Amino acid sequence: MTRRVRLALFLASAVGLAVVLGFALAGLPGFDADLGRYASFVASHAVSQRRGTNSVVDVAFDYRAIDTLAEELMIFVAAVGAAVLLAHARDESDEGQAADLEALRAPSTSDLLRTFGPGLAAVAIVLGVYIVTHGHLSPGGGFQGGVILSTALVLVFVAGRTLAAARTRPLAPLEVAEAVGAAGFALIGLGGLVFASVFFENFLPLGTKGSLLSAGTIPLSNVAVGIEVAGAFALVFAELVDQMVLGRGGDT
Amino acid sequence: MSAPALVVAAWLLLVGLYGVVTSRNLVHLVLCLGVAQASTYVLLLAVGYRQGAQAPIFSDIPTSAPVVDPVVQALTLTDVVVEATVSALLLALAVQTRKRFGTVDPDEIGELHG
Amino acid sequence: MIAVQWTALALTALAGTVVVLIREPRRQTVASGVFGLVLGLLFFAFQAPDVALSEIVVGSVALPAMVLLALAKIERSE
Repeated sequence: MTRRVRLALFLASAVGLAVVLGFALAGLPGFDADLGRYASFVASHAVSQRRGTNSVVDVAFDYRAIDTLAEELMIFVAAVGAAVLLAHARDESDEGQAADLEALRAPSTSDLLRTFGPGLAAVAIVLGVYIVTHGHLSPGGGFQGGVILSTALVLVFVAGRTLAAARTRPLAPLEVAEAVGAAGFALIGLGGLVFASVFFENFLPLGTKGSLLSAGTIPLSNVAVGIEVAGAFALVFAELVDQMVLGRGGDT
Repeated sequence: MSAPALVVAAWLLLVGLYGVVTSRNLVHLVLCLGVAQASTYVLLLAVGYRQGAQAPIFSDIPTSAPVVDPVVQALTLTDVVVEATVSALLLALAVQTRKRFGTVDPDEIGELHG
Repeated sequence: MIAVQWTALALTALAGTVVVLIREPRRQTVASGVFGLVLGLLFFAFQAPDVALSEIVVGSVALPAMVLLALAKIERSE
């Protein structure tokens, strides 16, 4: 169908959708209602039951850990799928052109990147590790810290000569890291099954509220998810970046 | 009281869908899809918000203080990262489409025979 | 609702509209980064720091980087 017909059809349906949305959203409780029963139970009992002061992470990695398992497996599959598609998109002409470029000279990175890259990467790594490990105490957790760690990895690729000097990209370690993270999270769940007879039950000692080694398996889950998310995003970045992208505007 | 937040959520959804429907470039389409995804986050948080309540982090407030809904926030925070990875998959599809069909215009892809 | 929340909501609606209306992908990526930042502010204003952290890191850092790299790869294969 032509664009005009498509646009007209969309506008008509959008009006209908807006009406239905207005009707549905008007029925939601406002900002002055009480919290739902599950939410108020979690809010008042999460700290005493799990000793983790960040109740959002308590919910995500303990009370509803099964949903988080499904979500992080989605991340795993999407990253692997993107990597497979991008690997197929690399074809003969790319390899030939890359070889020609290397025959001339190894593409160099800019001075600014080489000077500040390692420093920025170090800051990003420290920040990422802090956010991952303190997820159960303050806002943060495996997901946020994992993305920060992946940016640190990308900085190391781009600022160093690893990518420019050799055709081998560190894809295998990234895939291994991603798989280890995903498997680690599932194994923690199975550990709950083995040691406490409930899948994802918190089977490690809970410790005192507010200290780093508290809340049982929650810090471990955070670390596993952090490794997995970092591996997933760094894998996608590593597939997207290659010598051609760097080499074209590379030498200054 | 919560009407403005819900109106913004509905508006983002409609605007994002409009962008997807009228897109001429697959990368533009992925970013418009991101806008539509953002509408779900706004909606979830608007459902969980309570007037005058604080963030559900109990390191410095007593457990009995009124807080916003932590369950909805747990859903939304994993959702944000998952949908970024799905956008990465869509971008990889766009790159592959460019290789196979020579164009990233959704209208032209249907007419070529790969 | 306090003033910060009103402002954040208005900015979100505006930024979302701008992202859709810009057609050229590179400029749209910048707008999308700003949209991610504004969403992060909105989530902070609604007392959700975890979600705000997630959104800022993903929407302003990871997603624009991926889009720019994909655009470079798409335009390179001329």
